[in-house]
Amino acid sequence: MTKERSLSQGKLIWRRFKRHRIGAVGGITVLILVFLTVFSGFLGPYSYATSFKRYPLAPPTKIHFFAGGSLSWPFVYPSERLRDPVTNRQRYVENTSIRCPIRLFVRGDSYHFWGLFQTDVHLFGVEEPCKIFLFGSDKAGRDIFTRTLFGGIIDLSIGPLSLVAGFILGILIGGLSGYYGGKIDILIQRTIEVFQSFPAVPIWLALASALPKQWSSTMTFYGLVMIFSLLGWPGLARVIRGQFLALREMEFTIAAKASGASDLRIIVRHLLPNITSYLIVGATLSIPGAILGEATISFLGLGIKEPMTSWGLLLNQANSISKFRDTPWLLIPGLFIVVAVLAFNFLGDALRDAVDPYSVKGMH
Amino acid sequence: MLSYIIRRTLYMLPTLLIISFVSFGIIQLIPGDFLNQYRMNPRFDPETLQQFAKNFGLDKPWIVRYGIWMKNILTRGDFGYSFEMHQPVTSLFLQRLPATVLISFPVFLFVWLLSLPIGIYSATHQYSLGDHAFTFLGFVGLSIPNFFFALVLMYVLVVYLGSGSVGGLFSQAYISAPWSLAKFKDYLWHLWPVVIVIGTSSMAGLLRYMRGNLLDILGMQYVKTARAKGLAERIVIYKHAVRNAVNPLITMFGMSLPDLISGSLITAIIMDLPNVERLYWDALMKQDEYVVMTVLMFFSVALLMGNLLADIMLAWVDPRIRYD
Repeated sequence: MTKERSLSQGKLIWRRFKRHRIGAVGGITVLILVFLTVFSGFLGPYSYATSFKRYPLAPPTKIHFFAGGSLSWPFVYPSERLRDPVTNRQRYVENTSIRCPIRLFVRGDSYHFWGLFQTDVHLFGVEEPCKIFLFGSDKAGRDIFTRTLFGGIIDLSIGPLSLVAGFILGILIGGLSGYYGGKIDILIQRTIEVFQSFPAVPIWLALASALPKQWSSTMTFYGLVMIFSLLGWPGLARVIRGQFLALREMEFTIAAKASGASDLRIIVRHLLPNITSYLIVGATLSIPGAILGEATISFLGLGIKEPMTSWGLLLNQANSISKFRDTPWLLIPGLFIVVAVLAFNFLGDALRDAVDPYSVKGMH
Repeated sequence: MLSYIIRRTLYMLPTLLIISFVSFGIIQLIPGDFLNQYRMNPRFDPETLQQFAKNFGLDKPWIVRYGIWMKNILTRGDFGYSFEMHQPVTSLFLQRLPATVLISFPVFLFVWLLSLPIGIYSATHQYSLGDHAFTFLGFVGLSIPNFFFALVLMYVLVVYLGSGSVGGLFSQAYISAPWSLAKFKDYLWHLWPVVIVIGTSSMAGLLRYMRGNLLDILGMQYVKTARAKGLAERIVIYKHAVRNAVNPLITMFGMSLPDLISGSLITAIIMDLPNVERLYWDALMKQDEYVVMTVLMFFSVALLMGNLLADIMLAWVDPRIRYD
């Protein structure tokens, strides 16, 4: 390793990050989730809005690998909905006289691939009279698997989007506060203190219920983004202020000032690059909060609306024990929330260790 | 010290005033008002509705309503009237307060009594299997949304443990019964899932903080000195290291209050807990504005007091800290 001397800061960070195994697992999980979401139209066998009225609350379809004792290409049986004459509960029974093999690259519901082209090819599917619901179906007979993949679009994008707005505010206000100090600093710090004294979640709920009911799902989505960024900036502004207070006393800042650089130039060219790594870590660590927030608000019925979907909204159908005691598969989308949040937490934790040049953790 | 406490308390007043004003403004953004539910109902003609609005004071602009509400609080300690429940907000609030205490206190005990020993174990057994396992579990607890955890636990309780009554803080029979051993048992049976759901989300932070602090301190000179002079490892850790590692955690006490409030709020909605947090949610949905405002102010006061209390305790346990 003779080249070690010339490693850039970025390469050092990357090297420390790779040693953090659980962080790498988190990173890979995030990439997988993004992949599933981006190709949700292709990977899901149906469209997110297709509802099979005759199949409400069907359990996950069993995939069979053995036919008459010998190994066979995976297939499913069609199921029939029966009602118990005494309890009036519905149940589904497989009709084993018909077999539907699972076909690859089948034509089904058409969908738009990110506005680029329209197609109707799905990775897998089955032919009539069979249906394939990997995670079961919901009250309206929609495929929960497809809807879960599709719901990821909302959940994975709300974090980064609410960061952008929150970061601009945080950097601007925190930067001003730390760079100028004095009266401006005191004023901004007091404002931040007031902001942070608001009980966050109760205020979220109030703000979310203030979003007009007649707004489209897209508008509501941006409304939620605004709420999260509005409440997210003060914490960030604090951190940036602390960093700027320290950095403005450094020799290179004083040198820049002595050579006549403007305040804006000093902030943008000299101070900000020094805290980029902190910003990246802060970003990664605040994504889980936005995912949890969106999930909670949509679960309570104040966020994303039907027929659009998100992981929280999918769980809304299971909001009391009587509604999911016989249909536990309604809870499956919740696992995606847990996995996504866990992955971002691990990733952020590993990044924090990696960018901190004083950490000795990854080095032994 | 006393002058510091007084100064901090006085600082709170303008903060609370601003919070109350902004919050009042925010809840006015919610479309419509309390009378929405009656407007849908054909049995109420416009004249009756107007009479209602007049009685409730909803015909006045919100700034005026805010002014009257504030004035009544400051002059008479009157927090307004609940449109929905037809009683003063104060008495409604006081009915729900015991449940909040009966839930929050055990959650605090659960979180602190578990995370401190686990943090100490993790730090003294760094990178051991146990350390990794606890860190992982802590992260899982942090990553499970409260509402999802509550749903899963309820499912387990009903389907696998065959529990008949899920949700609430007491079974029907004990709600208005006086305290007895049987009622206490019933309370504990309803309490434990609630405590686990609310507690797990704040444990990870505390646990990792404790572990990190203790690791920092275990690397210090005076710990080496203590070991060098032949003290038992137990004494080195508990008398020298842990005592110093716990101090900074006291600030976490104030910071963990928001988690507690949000956790109890979401869990109360799903598990049907008769606490103040649930009152907030019901009132928010009905736009019962004085109830919403009063509970919001209670949350804000709790947050500010929690932070103040943490600062006072910090000065009390750590003689190096002075507020003058």
